[in-house]
Amino acid sequence: MIDFELEPQFVNLLNVYHASAEQLMRPISRQYDENEHEEPWPFWEASWTASHNPASVSSAQPPAVSRNLFTCLSTEELCWGDAGLFLSIPNPGLGGAAVLAAGTSEQKTRFLSRFRGGKPKWAAMAITEPGCGSDSAAITTTARRDGDDWVINGTKIFCTAGLMSVEKSEGFVVVWATVDRSAGRAGIKPFVVEHNTPGMTVVRVENKLGIRASDTAMLSLENCRVPLHHLLGSAEVTPAGGFKDVMATFDATRPIVAAMAIGVGRAALDFVRDFFQRNNIPIRYGISPRRLTAIERDFMDMEVQLKAARLLTWRAAWMLDAGMRNNLEASMAKAKAGRAVTLITQKAVELLGPLGYSRKELVEKWMRDAKINDIFEGTQQINLMIIARRIFGYSSRELN
Amino acid sequence: MISFDLNDEQKMVRETVAAFAVEQIRPAARSVDESGAIPSDLLAKACELGLVVGCLPENVGGYGDPRVAVTGAIVAEELAYGDLSCALHALAPRLLAFPVIEMGTDVQRARYLPPLAADGFVVATAAMMEPAFDFDPADMKTTAQHISGDYVINGEKCYVPLAAESKTILVYAAGSPDRGLAGVEGFVVPRDSPGLKISGREKNMGLKGLATFEVTFEKCRVAAENRLGGEQGMNFARLLSESRVAMAAMAVGVARAAFEYARDYAKERKAFGGPIATKQAIAFMLADMAIEVDAMRLLAWEAASWLDKGDDANKQSYQARNYAAAAALSVADNAVQILGGHGYIREHPVEMWLRNARAFGVVEGLAIV
Repeated sequence: MIDFELEPQFVNLLNVYHASAEQLMRPISRQYDENEHEEPWPFWEASWTASHNPASVSSAQPPAVSRNLFTCLSTEELCWGDAGLFLSIPNPGLGGAAVLAAGTSEQKTRFLSRFRGGKPKWAAMAITEPGCGSDSAAITTTARRDGDDWVINGTKIFCTAGLMSVEKSEGFVVVWATVDRSAGRAGIKPFVVEHNTPGMTVVRVENKLGIRASDTAMLSLENCRVPLHHLLGSAEVTPAGGFKDVMATFDATRPIVAAMAIGVGRAALDFVRDFFQRNNIPIRYGISPRRLTAIERDFMDMEVQLKAARLLTWRAAWMLDAGMRNNLEASMAKAKAGRAVTLITQKAVELLGPLGYSRKELVEKWMRDAKINDIFEGTQQINLMIIARRIFGYSSRELN
Repeated sequence: MISFDLNDEQKMVRETVAAFAVEQIRPAARSVDESGAIPSDLLAKACELGLVVGCLPENVGGYGDPRVAVTGAIVAEELAYGDLSCALHALAPRLLAFPVIEMGTDVQRARYLPPLAADGFVVATAAMMEPAFDFDPADMKTTAQHISGDYVINGEKCYVPLAAESKTILVYAAGSPDRGLAGVEGFVVPRDSPGLKISGREKNMGLKGLATFEVTFEKCRVAAENRLGGEQGMNFARLLSESRVAMAAMAVGVARAAFEYARDYAKERKAFGGPIATKQAIAFMLADMAIEVDAMRLLAWEAASWLDKGDDANKQSYQARNYAAAAALSVADNAVQILGGHGYIREHPVEMWLRNARAFGVVEGLAIV
């Protein structure tokens, strides 16, 4: 039955997430934005400890049947706190997602068990290259078989948490490389490269518009050797190979990125609402649209756009939980949320005037943070392309 | 618990109504628009779906189906997907039936509902909208004064569907003008009441198949027993939400019709060596349209589901309606754009959908879930 009411168990859990966002993230939000590349170790230690304490909220598990939906809900709460800090939290991240999607059960155990304890750790995913981003089938990084090793050569950029995964923790990076360039997509395979593997170095860490608490690394791989069993899945070059698996991980991660956007958008919206309340500026719901002020129209539009994005996101996550294919709906959620929140946060700065533009408050930061959600994990345009292919029944060859 | 699943009954209703809309309504839509008249056999067939009688209680001759706002939204979307004028006409009797079922006294239910259970299409309607650019249901200019036991209604209404043929009209008027929505009352007014005047049929840009009228009330006296809900009155805020959800759902139907037509056209129409659907400029417009259609529907369903939980859902239904009104217009406009010159020609239905879609931001109170 159609229902949009969260069960009390979820609400209680989310309240705790919200409290962490408010108490642990907001107070340090500005500091790690103004001081890019400074590492928020106290926050990381606290998150790592909390997620390994059986009594703490972040280890409290929602019903398994709602795993993806709950991830979106909690992500919204934490990104309401700070999207950059959220992305920097030590966890298996996208590297872990790739292992889960493409790895054997033996590989899952070997690569992921490190996240159960010890010191904070990160894992990252490296797909994008200087010469290719959205067109990930054009990857030029190569993996060549040499005896019992794969030898990887190439350059990767825009690797989220790359620095933490490669140099600052006992983590790993899943590097996508081609074993056969003539095979196109089918030749692209994921390789787990452990931290501090000789030949893999962090060339630089980017300076960014927003989400500055999260490191974005450029990695160089020069004759970087990894054991054969670090290839996730099968080495065989078939169309059903590893590249399809990574595309499938997007079906799960795109609703999460949409939820990140929604968290940032809600932060801006809440700020504007509070500001209006303090200044006795009414938002009169229900009256004739022809009697609304420009400010009321703007605010109501921001609010309903955010809600529309949230409903699309919930649907995409709910479908995944229900075992349904959600490729189309995940891209709809991502495309809607990415753009809606970009516009909502920009409008928030405008509505607040000097207060919005000032670095004294966080609104201008949220506008900068929001923008990434319309770019990474598939740009707006890539998601529109996916949606269009699905509604026309076209292949990527027919519409590109 | 969050769920996007229709229940079995809703799936069945959707299937049945969708088939009717595609097979019976859509083929008639253009001639309905051009002639301004809906064939009576089409309405008779629509009656067989039990659109009105289904929700009437068994003791007045109905099927006693539970009234569920989400189901109502599904029905409204599917019918409007066929044709908006036909949908509004076929569902108009609900404008009287539903408020009486939900807010009426036992006596009022026993009096006003049985005629609606008769065979064939029984005309009934309600008058909410007023001819003002900034019409606001919480600030109605039509008033009802309590004078020596009766109520006296004064004011002007517009967009009253089927008013000329309806034996009774449910009229909304401000009883206590300073109380906003809470001050609005409903009166079941016989059409032949002295002081009630129905002007000629309205001529509008769209909704051309739906006969709507301006109705004026000049010292129109109505007995107190005709006041919806009796002495206790009724919850107009909830009825208004139900109406906004219905209009939002119909906007989804119109938008979906336009989106699908433009999508199929883009796959057929060739330019520069291939279907225009293979051009990003066109493909991205359609992708956006697909997102908007789904977003509109989810917002309408969300408001509907809160109504089903007993909430007034005033904010949600206002959001859903305003969003849907804007999105339906934009989707229909894009559909015309994608068809280009062909979209502007009356041979294709998209220009009609653009005219119909424009109504959602203008009208209020033409349907109810």
